[in-house]
Amino acid sequence: MYSPRFHRIAETDRPKIVLTVDGRPVDAADGDTLLTVLMRHDGWVRDSEFDGQRRAGFCAMGACQDCWLTLADGQRLRACTTVARTGMAIVRKPATHD
Amino acid sequence: MTDIVQYDVCIIGGGLVGCSAALHLTRAGQSVVLVERDSVGAHASGVNFGGVRRHGRNALELPLSLRSLDIWRNMAALVGNDCEFMPCGHLKVARNEAEMSVLEQWRGFGAQHGIDVELHNGAKLRQRFPWLSAQIYGASFCPGDGHANPRLAAPAFALRARAEGAVIIEGDGADVIEDAQGGFEVTLMSGKRLRASVLVNAAGAWGRTIAARYGDDAPVNAVAPQMFVSEPVPYFIDAVLGMVCGGLYLRQIPRGNVIFGGGRGTLSPDQRSSWPSDRVFAETVGLAGEIIPQLRNLAIIRSWTGVEGNCDDGLPVVGSSPRRQGLYHAFGFSGHGFQMAPAVGAVLSELITRGATPTDISALSPQRFADAKSGLVMAESEI
Amino acid sequence: MTDGDMTSADTPRIAIIGAGPAGIRAAETLVEAGLRVTLIDEAALPGGQIYRQPPPTLRRPAKALYGFEAGKAEALHSSFARLRSAIDYRPETLVWGARDNRLLLSSRAGNTEIAFDKLILATGAMDRIAPVAGWTQPGVYSLGGAQVVLKHQACLIGKRPIFAGTGPLLYLIAWQYLRAGSRPAAVLDTGSFAGQLRALPRLARQPRTLLKGLYFTAALRAKGIPVLYSALPARIDARDDNLVLTYTRNGRSHEIAGDAVALGSGLKPETQLAEILGCAFDFHSPSRSYLPRCDRMGRSSLATTYIAGDTGGIRGADAAEAGGALAALAVLEDLGRSVPEVRKRQLLTHMRRAEIFRSGLELAFAYPAPAIAGLADDTVLCRCENVTIGDLRAAIPQWNITEMNRLKAITRCGMGRCQGRVCGSAAMEVLASETHAPIESVGRLRGQIPLKPVVGSNFETKAAS
Ligand SMILES: Cc1cc2nc3c(=O)[nH]c(=O)nc-3n(C[C@H](O)[C@H](O)[C@H](O)COP(=O)(O)OP(=O)(O)OC[C@H]3O[C@@H](n4cnc5c(N)ncnc54)[C@H](O)[C@@H]3O)c2cc1C
Ligand SMILES: Cc1cc2nc3c(=O)[nH]c(=O)nc-3n(C[C@H](O)[C@H](O)[C@H](O)COP(=O)(O)OP(=O)(O)OC[C@H]3O[C@@H](n4cnc5c(N)ncnc54)[C@H](O)[C@@H]3O)c2cc1C
Ligand code: FES
Repeated sequence: MYSPRFHRIAETDRPKIVLTVDGRPVDAADGDTLLTVLMRHDGWVRDSEFDGQRRAGFCAMGACQDCWLTLADGQRLRACTTVARTGMAIVRKPATHD
Repeated sequence: MTDIVQYDVCIIGGGLVGCSAALHLTRAGQSVVLVERDSVGAHASGVNFGGVRRHGRNALELPLSLRSLDIWRNMAALVGNDCEFMPCGHLKVARNEAEMSVLEQWRGFGAQHGIDVELHNGAKLRQRFPWLSAQIYGASFCPGDGHANPRLAAPAFALRARAEGAVIIEGDGADVIEDAQGGFEVTLMSGKRLRASVLVNAAGAWGRTIAARYGDDAPVNAVAPQMFVSEPVPYFIDAVLGMVCGGLYLRQIPRGNVIFGGGRGTLSPDQRSSWPSDRVFAETVGLAGEIIPQLRNLAIIRSWTGVEGNCDDGLPVVGSSPRRQGLYHAFGFSGHGFQMAPAVGAVLSELITRGATPTDISALSPQRFADAKSGLVMAESEI
Repeated sequence: MTDGDMTSADTPRIAIIGAGPAGIRAAETLVEAGLRVTLIDEAALPGGQIYRQPPPTLRRPAKALYGFEAGKAEALHSSFARLRSAIDYRPETLVWGARDNRLLLSSRAGNTEIAFDKLILATGAMDRIAPVAGWTQPGVYSLGGAQVVLKHQACLIGKRPIFAGTGPLLYLIAWQYLRAGSRPAAVLDTGSFAGQLRALPRLARQPRTLLKGLYFTAALRAKGIPVLYSALPARIDARDDNLVLTYTRNGRSHEIAGDAVALGSGLKPETQLAEILGCAFDFHSPSRSYLPRCDRMGRSSLATTYIAGDTGGIRGADAAEAGGALAALAVLEDLGRSVPEVRKRQLLTHMRRAEIFRSGLELAFAYPAPAIAGLADDTVLCRCENVTIGDLRAAIPQWNITEMNRLKAITRCGMGRCQGRVCGSAAMEVLASETHAPIESVGRLRGQIPLKPVVGSNFETKAAS
């Protein structure tokens, strides 16, 4: 069920960038949004706070707010409107606070 | 004139105070009508911070506050809904020694009323509340205080009161109040008329106008405290937080949202509504991140304000009118009414049906502005 | 005034929010009249929804991105390029609040505010959603989202996506997917064929658009892709690697499998700013929603504020361009400047035609209100707060709820990060049907600041200063 979901159809010759997702290095193309990176990686963005079910965004245009995620430095970002940059570290399972 | 219905008690205002009075009076066998010009809990009672604390309160209102906490603890039994009351304790933080001494002083008041608070500082403080910034000098923790969901409380009381026989009118305000047959005749905005032997002024920030109608002036003015809520994050703030210096009060619900307040928004010219100030937004959100560093990264999803009646001496106006028999006031709660309203209703019911209450509310009487005595023990800038 | 900048008739401060077709044409018209404008958009590049531009590293030609609309897209983008140096353009800047004559802005650099004398709201629209059980699962996207992924990211949401909902975009985007190498599993329209026929005379007012619509359907069918009317989605289940959509049609239940689902039932204006500023709204019965009140030129109920493009009601891209120019002319008129009367009349005529076309669309592709009333209790309605339709159905009688904001206060529906943008329309339908009340009587969710989430650390620069 949690397999890559977005399929590239063109523009495959862009410069590569590398970021990490839950500690593992993941390749992306320059210009990919974080939503695209995650959907091409393993197909999910976050767990719902309330039922633990996986979410993978919905509107892709910054309206539904269902794609907020956390970087290792604590920054909160909206995946679908943030273009990936080399070195970004996405952490989907944050350590519990206490 | 046959269309004028007669009641024992007419309550003006369907905030938590009015709704609580409606329930307690109905249970005491009175026929009750409550008149609310918007909808029950639409104003301060429904949009407040949800803090339920005795901690740091003015000693003069502690008897009422203590009684109310007992009701909060048994809310489900009273109204059929616990209103999400969570007795996680209240933590008041001090940034320096001077502020700490205020907390020490209050510990003495608390002890006199049977409230034991714990004073913490240094390593012990950080161990007990690891999410607090290292800037915090010390704190006082009051177990048993807590928080609840203001959006549920007034509607829950109103539903219960209605189920037990009270008449609750929403969307129609009291327009004219006149004397009639020893009691009161109230004409609503719609033109509808009601009569009652007793009138309860529970009109919140707008109660002053009604009181003034009978010459009971009280220095109560409208203010608009501002609130914020963050997106949900795993529960970690296991106490309601306040600051001795004011400026910030904060809580987290188990669902994860952090709710906080500080500063004041802007009142509309008619003082009927209010809206958030962006300057306060910046200051309060900034301050929250200073006091609890983990909040710096959180997204704020909403900000709002509510209109509250603030009395010059920081105490509510509760009691019978010194000038007009059958008139009772309960307004101007000065930021404390959510916690106290459950008991205020009980006290009003006792005053109205028995002429006396076991709860010492003498210091809250409308009479005090004639006598001009005041007993502030602590500047309260926290809700 | 907050920034000490005095209002003067010669240098009115004009702000436009939204750099889509409406906002760009408004800016252009004002610049032509010799005025300076501030144009603010949350997106990194101008174009808005329909003429959205991908990040600069993606370089497909306009024809590949915008198909039949490539010419208009290029025209709009080059108009913007000519304007660029004459305006104060603020990309990647969210307007998160407004009050009186001030706008609160948030960008990566921190927060600022600007003052305006005249404001044009050209904030566009987003998908209008009819929820379906299982729609929160990965692989289910909004219809517009499916298009954004294609245009902006050169990706498909799936190789065999199911397109479900209603509206012209349903067919357009299914066709765009087909052309891009995907093979849609089906196009399921909740509207009836009879409804579309009834709307034909009005749709014929824009023959080119109507023909395109017919062409998409024909092209999809020619490739053997099922295009079904009166198909009401009921639930989406993940099975193996598939998403299976169960729908009912003519009283019978059917299933269709695909690897993704795109859901959309028309569009819904982004009206939160109008709301926060205090613009009056009226109920618009064809779209079963409240829209900001405005005159033919886009004047709202506030003397400072004008409404252009989709913000005032969904009329499509061409009408958005015309509406943007008209709102700018209204600003000029109200500032006491002369306006080109011929142009104004042409634009007004254009808008009148667009209005008739729009009423045709609303007839042909109505929001599926009855389907929502029939959804199962376990259907999540509010994605943000995970509130189900069953939660609403239980709370409404229990708490005697008759109004939307009370529904939100009690159930948390619409209280999350998106502030009810996604669930609001459906929640209105649920409240109306559960209370047997006309939809307009349940009111609408109040917008609140911040319009979209703003991160705490963004305020530090300001708090410190
Ligand atoms: C933002 C905010 C945060 C707060 N935080 C806390 C807290 O954490 N803890 C705490 O204990 N307290 C808090 N308070 C204070 C608390 O909310 C109030 O003291 C309390 O709710 C007052 O209740 P009330 O019933 O007197 O007033 P309200 O809830 O304001 O109700 C008064 C009602 O009277 C109605 N009314 C007025 N005039 C008429 C008329 N002529 N006819 C009919 N109806 C009329 C109004 O419509 C209104 O609904 C806060 C207040 C605010 C605004
Ligand atoms: C996802 C989607 C896809 C569409 N695709 C098509 C299509 O293919 N063909 C077609 O004919 N029509 C399409 N439409 C319809 C489309 O809305 C109109 O055709 C046209 O884009 C409307 O133009 P506009 O200028 O009114 O608004 P938009 O083009 O939507 O532009 C609004 C702009 O305002 C900005 N904005 C909004 N709120 C804020 C804020 N608070 N702060 C800062 N910026 C803000 C947005 O970022 C956006 O750029 C689509 C609509 C959507 C939502
Ligand atoms: S997917 Fe909706 S905001 Fe990102």
